Amino acid sequence: MKTKLQKFKESYFLYAFKRDRVAMASFIVLVIFLILAITAPWISPMNPYDAENIDIMNSEIPPMWMADGSSEFILGTDNMGRDMLSTMFYGLRTSIIIGLGAVALQAFIGVVLGLSAGYLGGKTDAILMRIADIQFSFPYLIMAIFIAAIFQVAFGVGSYERLAVPLLTIIIGLSNWPIFARTIRASVMGEKNKEYVEAARVIGFPKFTIMFRHVLPNSLTSVMVIFTIQVASAVQSEAALSFLGFGMPVTRPSLGSLIRAGQEFIFSGSWWITIFPGLWLVIFVLVINLLGDWLRDVLNPKLYKG
Amino acid sequence: MAVSKFGKIENHMFAFIIRRIIQALLVMMIISLVGFAIKNKIGDPVRDLVGERVTPGERAEIADNMGLNDPFLIQYVRFVKHAVKGDLGRSFLYNKPALEVIIKHAPATIELLIGSALIIILVSLPLGVYSALKPRSLLSRFTMSFSTLGVSMPVFFTAILLIYLFAVNLQVLPSYGRGETVDLFGNGYWNTGFLTIDGLKHLILPCISLSSIMLPLFIRLIRSEMMEVLETEYIKYAWAKGLSPARVWLIHAFKNTLLPVVTVFGVQMGLTFAFTILTELVFQWQGMGFMFLEAVQRADTSLLVAYLVVVGSVFVLVNTIVDILYGFINPTVRIAGTK
Amino acid sequence: MSSVLESHLLEVRDLEVKFALRTGDITAIDNVSFTLDRGERLGLVGESGAGKSVTGFSIINLISKPGFISRGSIHFEGNKISDFSDTQMRTIRGNRIAMIFQDPMMTLNPVFTIGYQMIETLQAHQNISKEKARAIALEKLKKVQIPSPEERLDQYPHELSGGMRQRIIIAISLLADPAIIIADEPTTALDVTIQAEIMDLLQELCEIENMGLILITHDLGVVAQVTEKIAVMYAGKIIEFGPTDQVVANPTHPYTIGLIGSIPGSTLPGEELRQIPGMMPTLTNIPPGCAFNPRCELRETICTRETPLLEKKQNGIMAACHMK
Repeated sequence: MKTKLQKFKESYFLYAFKRDRVAMASFIVLVIFLILAITAPWISPMNPYDAENIDIMNSEIPPMWMADGSSEFILGTDNMGRDMLSTMFYGLRTSIIIGLGAVALQAFIGVVLGLSAGYLGGKTDAILMRIADIQFSFPYLIMAIFIAAIFQVAFGVGSYERLAVPLLTIIIGLSNWPIFARTIRASVMGEKNKEYVEAARVIGFPKFTIMFRHVLPNSLTSVMVIFTIQVASAVQSEAALSFLGFGMPVTRPSLGSLIRAGQEFIFSGSWWITIFPGLWLVIFVLVINLLGDWLRDVLNPKLYKG
Repeated sequence: MAVSKFGKIENHMFAFIIRRIIQALLVMMIISLVGFAIKNKIGDPVRDLVGERVTPGERAEIADNMGLNDPFLIQYVRFVKHAVKGDLGRSFLYNKPALEVIIKHAPATIELLIGSALIIILVSLPLGVYSALKPRSLLSRFTMSFSTLGVSMPVFFTAILLIYLFAVNLQVLPSYGRGETVDLFGNGYWNTGFLTIDGLKHLILPCISLSSIMLPLFIRLIRSEMMEVLETEYIKYAWAKGLSPARVWLIHAFKNTLLPVVTVFGVQMGLTFAFTILTELVFQWQGMGFMFLEAVQRADTSLLVAYLVVVGSVFVLVNTIVDILYGFINPTVRIAGTK
Repeated sequence: MSSVLESHLLEVRDLEVKFALRTGDITAIDNVSFTLDRGERLGLVGESGAGKSVTGFSIINLISKPGFISRGSIHFEGNKISDFSDTQMRTIRGNRIAMIFQDPMMTLNPVFTIGYQMIETLQAHQNISKEKARAIALEKLKKVQIPSPEERLDQYPHELSGGMRQRIIIAISLLADPAIIIADEPTTALDVTIQAEIMDLLQELCEIENMGLILITHDLGVVAQVTEKIAVMYAGKIIEFGPTDQVVANPTHPYTIGLIGSIPGSTLPGEELRQIPGMMPTLTNIPPGCAFNPRCELRETICTRETPLLEKKQNGIMAACHMK
């Protein structure tokens, strides 16, 4: 009997991973990003969220390698005098927290509803899938923007900004759960007719036990593939919402708000305020997408189109 | 025999259409309910009507006259009645009926959508087909690598980069606004940018930005669909009949590829609409998205709600029509009721 | 002069087809030879994977990649078509040699009408107007006995039944008045009741139009009725070849004996159905010597060492066996 670790080491999964240089490189970069985000409070040159540290006299300093640059601010400063590098670390951290949180929420809602719809069938299925279809007919980004707009008008900008992180998580979480629901429902419908389910029913396990303990683990592969795609999508949604002004406030910016703030400055020459956070975001989303692509190919080449 | 078969299909179709319409109406009702609830709880219709310079006493009187103290449901019904007639309230910001403001801002957004749709069609079709036919060629591999990059770049960042490159550095294209527009119908309702060089110049960067995130998706989709089609028995049979490669690829394979692609195109246009809001912000483009953001910022509830109701209804309408049309083409949908 | 080569309509000589895989080349068919003349009907029989379809496709050079003809030659109407370029082959395909596939639902393109798919075939090979092509299409539809042919032309494949679709496929194959029809499992995907009709139709048409027929199938019953010569394939080789009535009545190769014996009709009521033990090897697992040896009752040492060649046995049959 091999341990799980041994099994994993010998698995095709690891083998395929080691052979694909792009996947390995993406994984390494992703891990670096994650470490940077987690350790942001300790490794950043300064805390950009703390007003004490910011001196407006430091604003718009170019990156270190340019004339007028300073080694104190490696990538320069933004229009408020904050160190770009620190703000990018913190911004990444915020984006990841919201991204993961939102997708966890999406997955939770989607899996519970999709599992129920798929396994219980009949009326439950019809109603739940109707709701999913209807929400699906509206683009998820529109849902997110509309819900955010309504919240902002209802709560007022001040309260909204204070509650930005949980609000954004909920907004993005609510906007895209149907895709989880649909995927797991399809998978469950396939599993439903397999013998182990029949066996469990005969033994007399209650419905919910069968659903969650027996069927769910076998349907997880399909969810794993979407998970990565959805995280990339959630991060981008958060950036979009922040860019529109429905996201993180100026005092605690995420990458999207940074890009927003920096836009006007490309005309006056301080291009780094918007370009660096942008590139940072792009690379982050890119590695997630590359890994997601690879994961999809390895787990099942025909599972997910496009 | 053929008659009863036809009759059965007709019945299925009829039931299907009725079901879809009922569903559409229900969703519209929910949208209008949500919209009205917002207006009711957050909005200030008195202010919308008479501005801010009224005494509290006058406000109370006006509020009563407007029926603002009536029960929720009655007000809701009133709201729906007005909405159906085209009255969605008055925009405080523009001092005009909300619907009129929306309609006047719509053409700008529609032109963005048209421009980017054109770019998507003209670029993704040839590239997608080519990478399906010659997957190992340099161009194909290049295209596929870039496609992952393309979907990873936020629309607004692409826009900013394009502005930085073409407007700030190279200075060949404008960085904001619509430029010179021509009044198409002479009544101020549709100012188009397509008829002047300046207008077209202003359209270029926004449309490219808008299409940038959809292009990779379509190229990939067309390529994978076409590659699947190329493996089918009927394509093999087409070869066995001795048809020329041009015919097999560009007529047989292509037509079969187009059908699923067109369905996706429709859905993606919805998402592209969401992206227009972002693009309009970057380029200060006076379309519906820009108007929406202003309404939120200045808390013009009437305009905001009107926008939500209009956009929501348009989505429901388009989806319902597409579903019904699809039901005509694909018989299996009618019986099951859902996709 | 001696050594006058009999000129046949179609001559396949020592054909070898390989598949180029990443792990190496594997042989799909090996040393296949046969001839076909006008009006002759040849059956290519064997289990799935025996190589019969590959043989059929290689005649018109339509083997799916990564397959390729590695050795041998194919001559048709005096030309060495195995050397033809794709452009040249296109003048043969659908024109001089037509092919019928197995499942008519998968073979007809669902988004085009029947008429469209018929007319384009004609126009691909002849300079002909749409009206004239339509007239010819109608004529062929009548030949395959389809009711209301005019209406069919404007219908889509999914509007028709399986039997009708296969008739249309046959009609399409007749469009350019080909010399040979290759039918790859033409009735397997059809209802049993329709199968007989379609086979009768095919046989009748070949007789009337004096066309050669290569019938590829695993159904011995059909082959026994329709064909005049039969080639039995096993693991990529022809292991028995001869006149159909002889091979069916007096099968020589142990595999063929097993095959004929295993037809449900040949067992008496109450008897156990006879089967050949074991399974045909996959292309990558062909045993040395005679490919059938692991399953053969008559096996001797030589069978595991030397691959038997086709030799004349009795009754005009050729078989590849050391023991018979």
